[in-house]
Amino acid sequence: MNRAGLRLVLRHNALPLLAGVIFAAMFGLYLALQPNGIRTDVLVTASNKGVLLALIAAAQTLPVLTGGIDLSAGAIVVLCNCLASILVNGSGLQIALGVVGVLGGGLAAGVFNALAVVVGRLQPIIATLATSTMFYGVSLLLRPSPGGDVDDDFASRLTGAWYGIPVSLILLGAVLLLVWMPFRRSLTGRGIYAVGSAEASAYMSGVKVAPAKFAAYVGAGLLSGLAGLLLTLIAESAQASAIQAGDLTLNSIAAVVIGGTSLFGGVGGIVGSVLGAFILRTIGDLLFVLKASPLWQPLFQGLILLLAVSLGALPMLRIRNRLETYR
Amino acid sequence: MSVPAAMPQRPRLQDRVRVLLHRLDPPLVVASACILAILFGGSLYNSSFLSPHYLLQQLQVASFLGIVATGAMLVILLGHIDLSVPWTLATGAMLATGLAGSTLGGIASIPIALAVGAAIGLVNGLGVTVLRIPSMIFTLGVNAVLQGLMVLYTGGSAPPSSAAPIVRWMSDGQLLPGIPNAILVWAAVGAFAAVLLRATPFGRTVYAIGNRERAAYLSGMKVRRVVCLSFVLAGSASALAGLLLTGYAGKAFQGMGDTYLLPAIAAVVLGGTSIVGGRGSYAGTIIGTILIVLLQSMLAVMQMPDAGRQIIYGAVIFAMLLLYGRGRSGQA
Repeated sequence: MNRAGLRLVLRHNALPLLAGVIFAAMFGLYLALQPNGIRTDVLVTASNKGVLLALIAAAQTLPVLTGGIDLSAGAIVVLCNCLASILVNGSGLQIALGVVGVLGGGLAAGVFNALAVVVGRLQPIIATLATSTMFYGVSLLLRPSPGGDVDDDFASRLTGAWYGIPVSLILLGAVLLLVWMPFRRSLTGRGIYAVGSAEASAYMSGVKVAPAKFAAYVGAGLLSGLAGLLLTLIAESAQASAIQAGDLTLNSIAAVVIGGTSLFGGVGGIVGSVLGAFILRTIGDLLFVLKASPLWQPLFQGLILLLAVSLGALPMLRIRNRLETYR
Repeated sequence: MSVPAAMPQRPRLQDRVRVLLHRLDPPLVVASACILAILFGGSLYNSSFLSPHYLLQQLQVASFLGIVATGAMLVILLGHIDLSVPWTLATGAMLATGLAGSTLGGIASIPIALAVGAAIGLVNGLGVTVLRIPSMIFTLGVNAVLQGLMVLYTGGSAPPSSAAPIVRWMSDGQLLPGIPNAILVWAAVGAFAAVLLRATPFGRTVYAIGNRERAAYLSGMKVRRVVCLSFVLAGSASALAGLLLTGYAGKAFQGMGDTYLLPAIAAVVLGGTSIVGGRGSYAGTIIGTILIVLLQSMLAVMQMPDAGRQIIYGAVIFAMLLLYGRGRSGQA
């Protein structure tokens, strides 16, 4: 690759690269400070928690790229958590069917959102707010009290390590390499970016707007479903908690923003969001290792979150004409 | 040439009805019809549903949500959103109960709450106007910071100090016999908001910014100042609601604002305000608030299990959005 080409690649991926560097520095610091040394189980625990948020952030990225948002992502995770706590046990075949059922649940929730936004022409922010209440209601229906039964063997295998590599990380890598990368280059994947960048122009240029949006919300549902499955395997139980659903949604949006995806759509990608999620998770771990008082932790996390999103506003300083800053 | 005197023509009844129907806002009609339907359904279920006592109690509960929704509406009209409502509400309540002395029944808690809310709103407004961070993400961050501050301030549990006597009176007392004062506070806030939106240059600017911010700026409107001030007013409204809520519940507590964010946005949108800004009337927000409160109350009265309650609550909002909350076709 020649020099100009390299520079172009660097410029196009500046924010994910920056996020990657920040994450590497923070995680290095964490590994150096934490008392147990670099062991597989330390990596596995960090990876499981990180991948969980990364999957939800990946889910959130798709609608955000179209210029929309999915405020029901956390609720879908909780829904699939409750679903998995019922379905994923028994014989090998039953477990396989259960996994398919859980992912199907996420898919169905995604299709519902997609129908609301594409066919119903509702504003994504308010439509997914309404559907998140419904999804939470269904989770309560499935699991009125916390608990559940997950196949231990299956759970420990998927949340363990394979030749020293955390299985959850392999799962995330597979999603990125085998699903996201090809999808991004597909016609629909490019359509998502085009729609988010300028919907009217995309429509005029013959981009199939409706299928692109539809795919974004369905993909978000599916990835949230996968996150719900992983949550169940990590926790080995389920709880229909509205607070947890809200927290997951908010963290997913924060991860998306930290990862360099624009909330106005059209710019960014899942790789950045995954790194953003890892950064968010490592902040919590670092505070723990640095023995910050538990009372101070929420404030630190909030300040870092606010600081991170404010950094995203730096390009504003380069704008000469003030008019450009208005809608 | 003499012009024949124009006969005073009476407009035909048909025309007048058509004009009247045209003027009625479809969202207001649908939402009002829903309120009547809920009241009718509720009265079939339990005859005390229509008693003045019960209705006034509902209005009192609605006044907390109504005040939050007033602030939320102002911000939504601009095309922004304030997600810091939960902890603005709790921060206002906690600081007001914690810092106010007992002079004159703790009258200081009222200005403290308003000032705290205004300060938070100012931070939100500056972040949105000066840093140009999308309001959704900036207010989210402010909410997280406020939560951290309050966990630090209270030590993570409910603060020990309870609501001052005057705050209890403001929320639960009865200046007019039979009518809880909270309703009067809501009425005052509502009247202020309605006049502000309809009869002042400030209100006109709010609608103009919501419709097209660039055009408003190019027309010489003080865009930044108005956006900032709107966030300040919204913050004060949330904190005031928090203060009233402490009077109602006796004290401030963690997470007291969590159940107000989404219902407030839902109330504003069900009242016909466009979620992308620029369109909406305060009357709609009142009706939307009452609709949400009655809906929640009826589902509670019917002893519906929580799961069913959530599903029906979400489905009703969803159905009403489909009826009139849709983007115009072609707008995509």
